[in-house]
Amino acid sequence: MPKTILFIEDESALQKTFGEILKQEGYEMIPALDGEVGLRLAKDKKPDLILLDLILPRIHGFDVLKKLKEDKETKEIPIIILTNLEGISDVDKAIELGATTYLVKAQYTLEEVVEKIKKTLK
Amino acid sequence: MGIIIIGSTLTAYAIGTRYIEEPELVALIILLITAILFIIAVIITRSFERLAEASRMKSEFISVVSHQLRSPLSNLRWAIELLMSGRLGKIEEKQTEYFRILKENSGRMGELVSDLLIVSRIETATLPQKRKEISLEDLIKKLISEFEPFAQASNVEIEFKSEENLPKILADPSQIRLVVENLLDNAVRYIKDRGKVKMLLSRRGQNLYFEIEDNGVGIPKEDQKYIFQKFFRSENILRYQTQGSGLGLYISKAIIERSGGKIGFKSQEGVGSTFWFTLPIK
Repeated sequence: MPKTILFIEDESALQKTFGEILKQEGYEMIPALDGEVGLRLAKDKKPDLILLDLILPRIHGFDVLKKLKEDKETKEIPIIILTNLEGISDVDKAIELGATTYLVKAQYTLEEVVEKIKKTLK
Repeated sequence: MGIIIIGSTLTAYAIGTRYIEEPELVALIILLITAILFIIAVIITRSFERLAEASRMKSEFISVVSHQLRSPLSNLRWAIELLMSGRLGKIEEKQTEYFRILKENSGRMGELVSDLLIVSRIETATLPQKRKEISLEDLIKKLISEFEPFAQASNVEIEFKSEENLPKILADPSQIRLVVENLLDNAVRYIKDRGKVKMLLSRRGQNLYFEIEDNGVGIPKEDQKYIFQKFFRSENILRYQTQGSGLGLYISKAIIERSGGKIGFKSQEGVGSTFWFTLPIK
């Protein structure tokens, strides 16, 4: 059974790129285009890891993170924040709420993000 | 405003002297002048407030636009990386060449957006500094090793000399790194053909002193007073090299001054430039 990764991200182009590379690395990616769908899929599918953007339609990424960490069914799932917000207060808030890692999109290559995912899933 | 105040004072004095026999009239006129001055002051204050508001809105606009630009840029950059990785199938040499052009240019756009965001934060005083103890020597050495491929490709030799046992400084490492990176990038980039970049780090009293010297195109004398202004690019640089946003030195100056240091340079067109900065040890 391949490990599953829930990717909560409203950019469908990014979903496609990650879907391809994660499939090649042997993972199954579940896409969610907004916070509400993301929360529902996290509870239904119980993924091994969640990749979470912060600026999301319907429910903001911070609220998604908070709800996931408050729910006993999802609180143990590691969450990697993948966003373009780079303020120190955003990083601190995400880590305080329970995110495992915080990655700013502009600062990482695609392969580096995949390496972080692999390391977290080890 | 100064002229208006002096004029009003002299007028009040003249009226007071002329109508000294009629104090009620003098009081009425002075009251009238005071009211006019008050109205002028209110108008000027409101104009300043509107200017400050316009400036704040401009910086906010830059910040929002930059954030909005970052998402499509990340999509573009990662899609190009996926294509170039060969994971989607073998790519021909000719195609690789054009993918590289796409990658380089999306990278340049990304850097410009990042610079604009920093400028917007500097102008709204929202650029946070996460200070910690750092070794400036280690930071510079690490940066040089990252710059080596670019320097070699540009036929530029980098030399770095540091005084022994230098103390650590308290500063934001990512911001100081950005300053050294900007200065080193300029030094290498603006050397024509073959050249040498010499860097020096030493202690001067209660400060660390960093200097970077190149034998590049130099800055024309008439442009030197504008060099730390944002978006300014010297005319000879534009002739020689089109890349660059003209924000690097503006950002560097703002960061060094916010870190309690000073920054400066000396330059001669056709001979080269030496940029320097100081940072307090404690």
